[in-house]
Amino acid sequence: MQNAALEYDYSVAKWFTYLAIIFGIVGMVIGTYIAFELAYPELNNLFGQYGTFSRLRPLHTNVVAFGFTLSGIWAAFYYIAQRTLKVSLKESGFVSGLAKLHFWLYLILAALLVVTELLGITTSKEYAEMEWPLDILTVVVWVIFGMAMFGLIGMRREKTLYISMWYFIAFFLGVAMLYLFNNMEVPTYLVAGMGKWYHSVSMYAGTNDALVQWWYGHNAVAFVFTVPIIAMIYYFLPKESGQPVFSYKLSLLSFWGLMFVYLWAGGHHLIYSTVPDWMQTMGSVFSVVLILPSWGSAINMLLTMKGEWNQLKESPLIKFMVLASTFYMLSTLEGPIQSIKSVNALAHFTDWIPGHVHDGTLGWVAFMVIAATLHMAPRFYKREIYSKKLMEMQFWIQTTGIVLYFSSMWIAGITQGMMWRAVDQYGNLAYSFIDTVTVLHPYYTIRALGGVLFVIGLFMWAYNFVKTMSNAKVLEKEPAFASPMGA
Amino acid sequence: MFHWLEKQPFLFAVGVFLVIAFAGLIEIVPDFAQASRPIAGKQPYTVLQLAGRHVYIKDSCNACHSQLIRPFKSETDRYGPYSLSGEYAYDRPFLWGSKRTGPDLHRVGEYRTTDWHENHMWEPTSVVPGSIMPAYKHMFKQNADLETAYAEAVTVKKVFNVPYDKEGFTKLGSWEEAKKAALEEAKAIAADMKNQDVKDAVARGEIPEIVALIAYLNSLH
Repeated sequence: MQNAALEYDYSVAKWFTYLAIIFGIVGMVIGTYIAFELAYPELNNLFGQYGTFSRLRPLHTNVVAFGFTLSGIWAAFYYIAQRTLKVSLKESGFVSGLAKLHFWLYLILAALLVVTELLGITTSKEYAEMEWPLDILTVVVWVIFGMAMFGLIGMRREKTLYISMWYFIAFFLGVAMLYLFNNMEVPTYLVAGMGKWYHSVSMYAGTNDALVQWWYGHNAVAFVFTVPIIAMIYYFLPKESGQPVFSYKLSLLSFWGLMFVYLWAGGHHLIYSTVPDWMQTMGSVFSVVLILPSWGSAINMLLTMKGEWNQLKESPLIKFMVLASTFYMLSTLEGPIQSIKSVNALAHFTDWIPGHVHDGTLGWVAFMVIAATLHMAPRFYKREIYSKKLMEMQFWIQTTGIVLYFSSMWIAGITQGMMWRAVDQYGNLAYSFIDTVTVLHPYYTIRALGGVLFVIGLFMWAYNFVKTMSNAKVLEKEPAFASPMGA
Repeated sequence: MFHWLEKQPFLFAVGVFLVIAFAGLIEIVPDFAQASRPIAGKQPYTVLQLAGRHVYIKDSCNACHSQLIRPFKSETDRYGPYSLSGEYAYDRPFLWGSKRTGPDLHRVGEYRTTDWHENHMWEPTSVVPGSIMPAYKHMFKQNADLETAYAEAVTVKKVFNVPYDKEGFTKLGSWEEAKKAALEEAKAIAADMKNQDVKDAVARGEIPEIVALIAYLNSLH
């Protein structure tokens, strides 16, 4: 896979890596803070109107999903694309210019997103909260990313696209389609000539709006949290372990299966809502079918380790990646279970849902991003990873954090769902709503502690990364497979 | 088997796009016309209610409160009749929410009063001991943005044919008329409130956010 004659340009990949670390810490510190707010509501008043749970929750999801995750994905993309396509960004001033423009415009967009969210400038649609001027900037960033990607593909020396590139192409197309349709809105100032210039009104009303939003909302998970992260594991796990991908046919089957099935699943957010019944049933059925392609990729990854499981014991990087695949399997089993109508009736609107989101995002997405950056670091800086021991500790601390998070939220969600529906012997509701809130206090506290552990791990990651850049032992040449690590 | 396709990035991308677009088309298109039809007697929001809706959105009340009553006995007992599609025909954006950290609000206008909302927003635990909701005292000081609300009403009237000013529907009128109507509406709400600053502001012709928000919450039936 190495091509000695080719010198890769890691600059953009490095910048995105730094952003991933910064946004990861910022986003998850906010997340932990708001987790504490639920357990200790006095914290809501510390920063006036800017510190309430309601104002910070969208900020948290946006910084983590679109700050941390996208930065990590793009860091990996600019690294993987050059290597699997056998081209260097240096070879084209135009394409490397696009890549740099991509980074800087994205950074401006991210900064504006943070400011507007704090000010309460939002369209209220989950994961699509930005108002129209920022939506337009998002589209610009996206198009530039697409041009950089297809530019690199056009220049490629390796004729066949590696699996990771399939997924990156799907990531680009999927998000483009979803984002455009969901964010259709009419700027009110342009029609009425008064009021705030940046305000807009959704093109869709009521049930239609909900339909489009969850078609987008769930599939943003698909095409930001799943597809490009699979692209990453398909590159980094075989590379780090020195093992070939287990099965080409399985990767083919799971790729096209995922592409076809995923878009149907958004309807599971609308079960027992006012969208038509057939659509709810489709959402439910296809969510269950989705287990097949999801587990297909996960099993393909795990079987890549066949005969080499000893590496799991020896390398914390392999640990991160294998556990990421395992968490992917867990959340792609949990999701379909929650999509079954009878389970959904209990789980919907409860803490089980954020619990589900977080075993996926922390276990699968964040672990994969962390592993990717640490795999890339020795290649970026021609130094070994500063500390294996630190990485090992980070792994266990964060894993403990995730387990605390999802187990407490499972219990909280099911408890609340059961209490909402509980009736006494006469058929009257057994609990008032506030009873079902106060009972959750211990679980909210445990969840917040889980968050603290995860954030501690992030600081260890950042420290290890910075030390790798500056202090670690210098390597003579880029490692081919397993990343060398200092004690 | 498919190796040839992996050497054709353009065809590959087209293929991926068709496969992912398919489900969206089938799911979204058939229901669009049907779901946008309002139930009989449904009124578009007044300008003051819209301004309140903007306050609701600005402070992301929808992060913790749903506006969707599911067809279960436990929910209809607790919140009122289950929600119908046609009730949301004038909701842009929809505000169903996805998590109930607090209770559903779809019919909150039926069983809570202006006075209750005032106390709740000022100090939630004063009306619901054990509440984990933040206090929203800034809503008592900041003024609602009536201009933007009016601009939105004009926009939906012009662009989406929302029946403002039609026989039997909410009157919108000119900006001057709308402002006057909103102030009248605000005065009626402030009369039921006890916060002196809010009362004084409304008497001066200003509309604090809390008044607009309560107008919106009271409109939820």
